[in-house]
Amino acid sequence: MSDNLRIGRRGLLGAAAGTAAFGLSGLALAQKPLVVGFIYVGPRDDYGYNQAHAEAAAVLKKMAGLKVVEEEKVPETVAVEKSMESMINLDGATLLFPTSFGYFDPHMLKEAAKNSKIQFRHCGGLWQEGKHPKNTGSYFGYIDECQYLNGMAAGSVSKSGKLGFVAAKPIPQVLRNINAFTMGAHSVNPKISTQVIFTGDWSMPVKEAEATNSMIAQGVDVVTCHVDSPKVVIETAERAGIFTCGYHCNQAKLAPKGYLTGAEWNWEKVYTSFVDSMKKGEAPGNFVRGGLKEGFVKTSAYGPAVPAEARAKAEAVKQQMLGGSYVIFKGPLKDNKGNSVIAAGTSHAQTDPVLESMNYLVEGVVGSTS
Amino acid sequence: MAESPLGIWSVPLAMLAGAIRVSTPFIFVSVGECLTERSGRINLGLEGTLVMGAMSAYGVALGTEWPWLGVLVAAGVGLLLGALHAGICQLPRVNDIATGIGLMLFATGLAFFLGKPFIQPKAPNLGAIELGWWSSIPQVRQALQVNWLFVLGIALAFALAWALRNTRWGLIVRLAGENIDAALAMGVSVGRVRLIATSIGGAFAGIGGAFLSLYYPGSWNEGLSSGQGLMAVALVIFARWDPVRCLWASLLFGAAGALSPALQSIGVTQGYYLFSAAPYVLTLALMVATCSPERSLRGAPGELGAVK
Repeated sequence: MSDNLRIGRRGLLGAAAGTAAFGLSGLALAQKPLVVGFIYVGPRDDYGYNQAHAEAAAVLKKMAGLKVVEEEKVPETVAVEKSMESMINLDGATLLFPTSFGYFDPHMLKEAAKNSKIQFRHCGGLWQEGKHPKNTGSYFGYIDECQYLNGMAAGSVSKSGKLGFVAAKPIPQVLRNINAFTMGAHSVNPKISTQVIFTGDWSMPVKEAEATNSMIAQGVDVVTCHVDSPKVVIETAERAGIFTCGYHCNQAKLAPKGYLTGAEWNWEKVYTSFVDSMKKGEAPGNFVRGGLKEGFVKTSAYGPAVPAEARAKAEAVKQQMLGGSYVIFKGPLKDNKGNSVIAAGTSHAQTDPVLESMNYLVEGVVGSTS
Repeated sequence: MAESPLGIWSVPLAMLAGAIRVSTPFIFVSVGECLTERSGRINLGLEGTLVMGAMSAYGVALGTEWPWLGVLVAAGVGLLLGALHAGICQLPRVNDIATGIGLMLFATGLAFFLGKPFIQPKAPNLGAIELGWWSSIPQVRQALQVNWLFVLGIALAFALAWALRNTRWGLIVRLAGENIDAALAMGVSVGRVRLIATSIGGAFAGIGGAFLSLYYPGSWNEGLSSGQGLMAVALVIFARWDPVRCLWASLLFGAAGALSPALQSIGVTQGYYLFSAAPYVLTLALMVATCSPERSLRGAPGELGAVK
């Protein structure tokens, strides 16, 4: 009995010494798992935007020494501040990913000012040095490259010369996609026009179906979209027998006949690199961007409806994009009201922040930003 | 667009098409709610019933490859939810509006919870009947693609209107809604009448939900209803508790909802936010126009809690 006690006491002392040693060498910190929080605006399995993020989060979950907490269907209101606070205070998260556009300003910035030791990285926001706190940042992929390739495929199969684009809101990222899609189509057929319908919000299934149908009634024969879940648009188009290009994820299964190709995210790449730098004790990058070249985005495999010739053309451009030498937005470029938006001789490489405040629709787009 | 052979006529055509496509859930929910309210009870939970119907119909269609069985199951689920509402409301000192809101939240949450595995897979669709075979214009053909449920909804509206006016059964429902004392004096069990009326109303809403997930837009996701069930309940008041007027109101709502995409698709692109608000503006305007400074709305059942 007394022996046991003595050993126990010795063990206790040893453990205490050990803890102190670990504490000094900083290893105690490494033993505590890194907690990463993901916040989604919609359901995790929406065949779209949120699913693309959740798939990457699922990859993180398998990494050792890492705990992932997730919350879905958080509106872009004060609700997201509460979610962030509970992830920080209750779950002990030190790296947060609020993934929806509207979370950035003011919600994430407010929380970042309050919790200066926590790292916040937002998907899609335009982080600016000096203007925004150091512990915040933003990451995004140049998915307009894939939209340009979508446009090339769409332009080469369209018989009516009318393409359709179901969009949620006229924000810069959406406009950039619409423009890239249209310019891609123009590169194979300069006469093509793209009809845009804004539904007003990220997830409006009935409106999206209605928008797709009214475009079909106007003779549109290829449709793509920028909404949270492309499922409704793709299925409606497939039922009507027209072609589709996917967005966010691969929707080829939903439209075996009409699916041409698609623009997909590859967030896994971004998130694992963020986690790696956190583990090294460094802050992740504040302004992280990448396109096809960096592996942030990818394209779906071509569907059976895309002819070999069109595939070859698109592949040629894709190779240039992968090499980092292709510039989509270069002058002279006019908007659809006839004003010059990029002067001749000027070219904006993908990394140019000017492109992230895009507020126009290019020539050939039927639609308006307000 | 200028090159479209229909020109500006494509807008009314698209609105007609929209009315046919979008209105069906409104028809089912509002006609069902009309019956429930005529018996003297309000069921605000129909939004939840609609979502639950949509989810269960999709799940059954997915599992059995029989979409019509899905419709049947959705009706059954609606029936049960309606019966649950009626059962709770029969307990003493229970407010039917509060119960309805509670059941709405419950059924929506339950549908989201149970519906998780159905978001990804693709279920078979209810087919359409082509009523536009006589026309060579593709827009007309597309507009006149009609689902059997739409036809059924119209038939139900007229049948209910006739039954309420001309049958003994209709008289009993109206009596239960107008005056409990008179009903009791006649030996009518008000509770049972309301139980049946609320259950049938729930079943109708379930079918409306099946239409959403199995025909238009034709897939299950959590944003599917986005308040259509609640709007349909408001339509009943606007339609003054008349099933046939519920039908017209639903069609009007469908058409108003189609206005924004239809205008944008022909190139009228300015101010689409305003056009998107059209159905709601329409509701408000009609409510203001039809409201009365007197005790209750014309046509309102006398025992209805909300209008007393």
